[in-house]
Formats: sequence, structure tokens, C-alpha cells
Amino acid sequence: MSEPIVKIRGLKKNFGSLQVLKGIDMDIDQGQIFALIGASGSGKSTLLRTINQLEEVTEGEIWFDGELVNQKLPHRQREAHLNRLRQNIGMVFQHFNLFPHLTAIENVTMAPLMLGRVNKAEAIEQAKKLLDKVGLSDRGDYYPSKLSGGQKQRVAIARSLAMNPKLMLFDEVTSALDPELVGEVNRVMKALAEEDMTMIIVTHDLRFAEDVSDHVIFMADGLVVEEGPPSLVFRAPQEDRTKSFLQQVFND
Amino acid sequence: MGLDFSILPAYADILWQGTLWTIALTVLSMFFSLAGGVVFAVLQLSRHAIIRWPVAGFAWLFMGTPLLLQLFLIYFGLVQIGLDLNAFVAGVIALSLHFAVYNSEIIRSAIVAVDKGQYEAARSLGLSQFQAMRKAIVPQAVANVTPALGNMMIALLKESALVSVIGVMELTLSAQRAISDSFRPFEFYIAAGAIYYVLNLGLEQAVRVAERRSAQYR
Repeated sequence: MSEPIVKIRGLKKNFGSLQVLKGIDMDIDQGQIFALIGASGSGKSTLLRTINQLEEVTEGEIWFDGELVNQKLPHRQREAHLNRLRQNIGMVFQHFNLFPHLTAIENVTMAPLMLGRVNKAEAIEQAKKLLDKVGLSDRGDYYPSKLSGGQKQRVAIARSLAMNPKLMLFDEVTSALDPELVGEVNRVMKALAEEDMTMIIVTHDLRFAEDVSDHVIFMADGLVVEEGPPSLVFRAPQEDRTKSFLQQVFND
Repeated sequence: MGLDFSILPAYADILWQGTLWTIALTVLSMFFSLAGGVVFAVLQLSRHAIIRWPVAGFAWLFMGTPLLLQLFLIYFGLVQIGLDLNAFVAGVIALSLHFAVYNSEIIRSAIVAVDKGQYEAARSLGLSQFQAMRKAIVPQAVANVTPALGNMMIALLKESALVSVIGVMELTLSAQRAISDSFRPFEFYIAAGAIYYVLNLGLEQAVRVAERRSAQYR
């Protein structure tokens, strides 16, 4: 059996005196789709953000692709190490965080050009393909301010894909969208899932989680309460906390 | 002795030369003060106190003392330690540093105001701190404060008249030369004032264009 692409051991994270992650273990294999669910404040977004070290961890280990992510290194070396790792870990944010001063296509080409991966012509060609893939081939020259939320988020996905990541992190990417725009973003993610991209999806959209993921993790108070295939976690939860969470959400 | 502006054409040449020097002085100082403003702003946001503090001290010094004194210090003072600058160069240095400090305050607050998510997005793509600043943060910050920077540049154009005291033949000193030759202070000061005004109109237009272009993404 091959080594998991993401391996997390004993992960703890404190914000001051508040412990938001209290010891997480997790193994994600190449091509798996993980859904992280749980109430606000359960620590799922923080967990996601530790994987590419937008949050530093207090204790524990995160391994990505055979490398220890949170190595203790001198500042310069740590920066170089993280820059290299992050080029292989795409991330999509709740509030898109597109660069507003760049057009859609410039948003997509920026990192590959900046990091010297490709020349300009190649970058543009690749960006066009990616925009086409997310259904926005006609919006390349638009600034983000002229795009809808759903379109912005699809550009943001294309921007991440431009680095050819081995892992994609999705942090509540449809939470800030109007309900009628959620579907178009979910479809793009689903298509990505079908291409065997490894994905970790933090979401409040349980129907989507059930539909797309092959492993669900239910978190509460900084701990994994229950995990397993969606059919089990959603249809036959074992833990009381999972049951009451699901009841609450589905009754709304 | 009444006003007689018909005297002016005889001195058109010296006024024109003065205008050109004023433009050269202003354009160069604008460039360096803006570039310096960005550099100081970024340095002031450094994690390292050893970088932050000297820049902060330098800024404090340049904000807390008169430009005229800074000009004297750079032109007359530096000679003593063997740095004999010509007056024009000394003028450009003084104006650039003085306004770079003000610009950096404006730019620094604009950088801080850029949404943190922008920096995270850039870093999550694998860009270094410096690359994220250069490509994602600073362009937005500068676009957000183009009007404020424009006002500083208009002030710079007017303050450039101070450089006349160290003997740069810019517009104000040129007017004075014409006056000491013609004994017509009123006419020539008004003429110089009119030229400053026209230059400023042009600069205002340029600022407006820059404003529109920097904000075209909104």
C-alpha cells in the first residue's frame, strides 16, 4: 500500500489560551475526497489551514507527499520550504480572494508566471484552458468586480489549478454565495473530483458533501467525533453528537 | 510706476529655462519620492525591529524638521564630510527624501488596509512574502491612495521653489534674476505664479488620469 498523501498526527492548535484543535489524526490517500463537517467553531477551517500552514500548529505533525510540513527550520529555510510545498497545494477561500486589480486571466496566470513555471504564451494558453474548464472562457478579460460570486469562485478554482497542485483545499467555498450560484461552483468541484484530484472540502453543504465525498469527518470542539464513508456518517451515525448535528442541520 | 507686463517677453528665455529646471526637479523628485515611499512603507512593515526602527527614526526626523533645513543640511552640511553635491542634485535628494517620508505614511496605511485574504491567497499559491507584496498587495494599496499621493505631488511641485535658496536656477530664482535686472518684482512674481499654476493644472490632469487608470478595475 502506498503512503497517504496527507498524514496528520496528534495535531493541536492553540489560539492564546483557547485550544481549537485538540489532537487530530488523519490519513488521506491520493485521489480521495474528504469532507470536513461540523458546527462553526468546531475547528474544521483551522485544520484545513494548518495543512498549507496559513495557520502554524502548536503540536503534532503534518506530512504532505512524504515531507514533514511543519518542520522546525530557520525563518528563511522555512519560507522556501513552505513556498515549495504550497505550489503543490491549491486553496480556495470562502471570500474568493481574487486579486481585484487583475483580470480573470491575469489572476490565473499570475502565480505560474511569477514562479517561472512557464513563459507568457504557455501561461495564457493554460489559463484559457482552465477558464474553459470552469465554464468561463468568455470572461477572461473581466475584472473580478464585474463577475458574479459564483464566477469569481470558479476563477479562484482555476487560479489554484494553474499551479497543477496535487491537493486541493476548499474552505467553505460556497458559504458566501447566493443560493442560486452554489450549483455552478459545486459542479466544477464535482468534475474535479471525477478527475481523481485529491480534495479536502470544508463545507456546511451536507448534501454536497454526501454527494461528492468518499470520506466524511464530523468535528466538534476541536476533535474528530465520527468519520467514515458518507453513507454511514449521514445515514447511520453512531455518535449522539453527530446525530443531533445532522438533525439540526437537516431540520432547518 | 504702474504695472507693465510688456516687459516680460524680453525675459522669456530666462523664465523658460527656469520652468524647464522646475519641471526636471519636480519630475525626478516625484519619481524618487514615490519609489522611496513604497520602499520605506514596506520596510516599516518588516517583522524585524532592526529594519523598522531606523526607517521609523529617519521618517520621524524628516517629518519633524523643515524642508529648508534639510536642504541646507544636504547641500552645505554634507560638504564637510566630503560629499560635494551640485545644487540640483542636492535639491532632488532633499525633495525626494522629504516627500518619500510622507508618501510612505500614506502607502503604509493603505497596505495595512488591504484585506488579509489577498496576502493569504498569494502565499497559498506559493509566492514569497516579497512576491506577494509586489504583485498582490502594493498595486492595490497604491491604487487606493492615488488621490492622496497626487496631492503630495502637487505640494512637491510648489515646494520645489525652496530649492532656489541654494542657487538652482529654477523658476522662482529665474524670476528673481529677471527682477534684479528689471526692477519689476510684481510683474515677474505674477508671471512665475502663473507658470506654477499652469504646471499644476497639467499635473492635476495627470493625477486624474492616473486615478482613473488605477481604479479601472473597480
